[in-house]
Amino acid sequence: MTERPLGDLLRELAPQVLAALLRRYGAGQFDICEDAVQEALVAAVQQWPRTGRPDEPRAWLVTAARRRLIDQIRSESSRRDRERSEAMLHEPLAGAAIAHADDSVQLLQLCCHPALTVSAQITLTLRAVAGLTTAQIAHAYLLPEATVAQRISRAKARIRETGAAFPAPLGADDRLEAVLAVIYVMFSEGHTVTTGDAIHDVDLTDQAIHLARMLHAALPEDGEVAGMLALLLLSDARRPARTTPGGRLVPLDEQDRSLWNRALIAEGIGILERSLPQGEAGPYALQASIAAVHDEAPDADSTDWAQILVLYRLLERQTGNPVVTLNAAVAEAMVFGPQAGLASIDRLVASGRPVDAQRVAAVRAHLLERAGSIPEAVTQYRAAARGTRSAPERDYLDSRARRLEHRQ
Amino acid sequence: MKYLILMQVDPDVLAGLSEAQMSAIGDGHEKFMAAITETGEFLSTNALGDASQSSVVRSRGGVPEVVDGPFAESKEFMGGYYLVDVESKERAIELAKQIPDASIDGLALEIRPVMFSAGVDM
Repeated sequence: MTERPLGDLLRELAPQVLAALLRRYGAGQFDICEDAVQEALVAAVQQWPRTGRPDEPRAWLVTAARRRLIDQIRSESSRRDRERSEAMLHEPLAGAAIAHADDSVQLLQLCCHPALTVSAQITLTLRAVAGLTTAQIAHAYLLPEATVAQRISRAKARIRETGAAFPAPLGADDRLEAVLAVIYVMFSEGHTVTTGDAIHDVDLTDQAIHLARMLHAALPEDGEVAGMLALLLLSDARRPARTTPGGRLVPLDEQDRSLWNRALIAEGIGILERSLPQGEAGPYALQASIAAVHDEAPDADSTDWAQILVLYRLLERQTGNPVVTLNAAVAEAMVFGPQAGLASIDRLVASGRPVDAQRVAAVRAHLLERAGSIPEAVTQYRAAARGTRSAPERDYLDSRARRLEHRQ
Repeated sequence: MKYLILMQVDPDVLAGLSEAQMSAIGDGHEKFMAAITETGEFLSTNALGDASQSSVVRSRGGVPEVVDGPFAESKEFMGGYYLVDVESKERAIELAKQIPDASIDGLALEIRPVMFSAGVDM
């Protein structure tokens, strides 16, 4: 029998070990507990390959982390409550060997504390829940390690200052919106930084899916958690077709659908089918349903756009988000023709609702191209290309403009 | 999101500052750097030599040609930059306002989004 890769095992155990410590010493000690867990993980990486893996890796890590915690508290001689802390540390770590099913959710809730910025929430989640090292997080976000380290220690200090509790006095689905937002942003920011550096290369989309799976396992009855996991799986299934080997973006209607990951699609649809009948679909479940309609179409022309339009209308009513209105305009154009979609966009812009001008230009460009208004489409493609912050997207939009210019 | 805060300087304005003003600017930059390091927003900074020390390589008839002097015919030149990673453009602007140059007439800060990054420290 082959052993699981050490990195995978440690990443899975890290949040459990942290939760065991927090459960015992309280979230007020979040900063030093987290440091102690990181040190225990480093010790495991150094020792286990030599000594062999312990029979109970989790218990080993809890003990190692706890020893480091004791050392740390002892070395902080200025601590006013030192005596009390020491007395506390000498008590046995009750229940340390028992995994709590809701630990991962509570840790996510703690990391998504409202006192933190979203980028701090994400950084802390990647470290404390996903078990990544500071170096891996820095690598994934193309940030200097010192910046990430500083962000983590600041976030931990904030949690300590706010006196957050663990086990959290929250219900299992409190702060769920913030937790789901963190997972969603992490997924959207996801890209693989492939430098051939196997130790540091981390895929943020994989981390987001891992967290969504964890959350779904803890809250199987929650429709929005199921919707999130389904959405990520159904979107990730298209990843192999989304870019060319040279990194060029391929739009949905031009993707080679034989490259789509059928297993992920089947899994995503299965999750949706089990969760949808349980009640009214929320925003993530609706977005997952839209992704499912795309994924089920054997080719772009047979996409059921009427159904997508209905789903966007439901989503629009729930969220009132102008970006959804913009996407609905695309579906409208596919059902009723490009002029209908363009008219909707005009109404959206005239309404004065805040909407990203770059996205408006990109959608208008595509619809104008479909309507045969070539010079206008070129102008909008160029405007959209200038407004984006993504190099592959800029190249894609410029290439659409160039293609039309040659055709004129 | 990464933003580059470009420090646009007018050498004449800098030359006209008093000793006390110059040292206040120096202190201000030091404080600014410490503050954004503490918040985890600081990535890097560089101050550039005078524009009179620039050389420009540009194509002439498809062949690179080297000439002395700055690229832009302007009174103001890029004197240096801060590279920061922040939540929003609004935050980048808020940071730029804290740079001492923002309170000296004739100096300016330009905030530009970063589109792609790579480097040894990243």
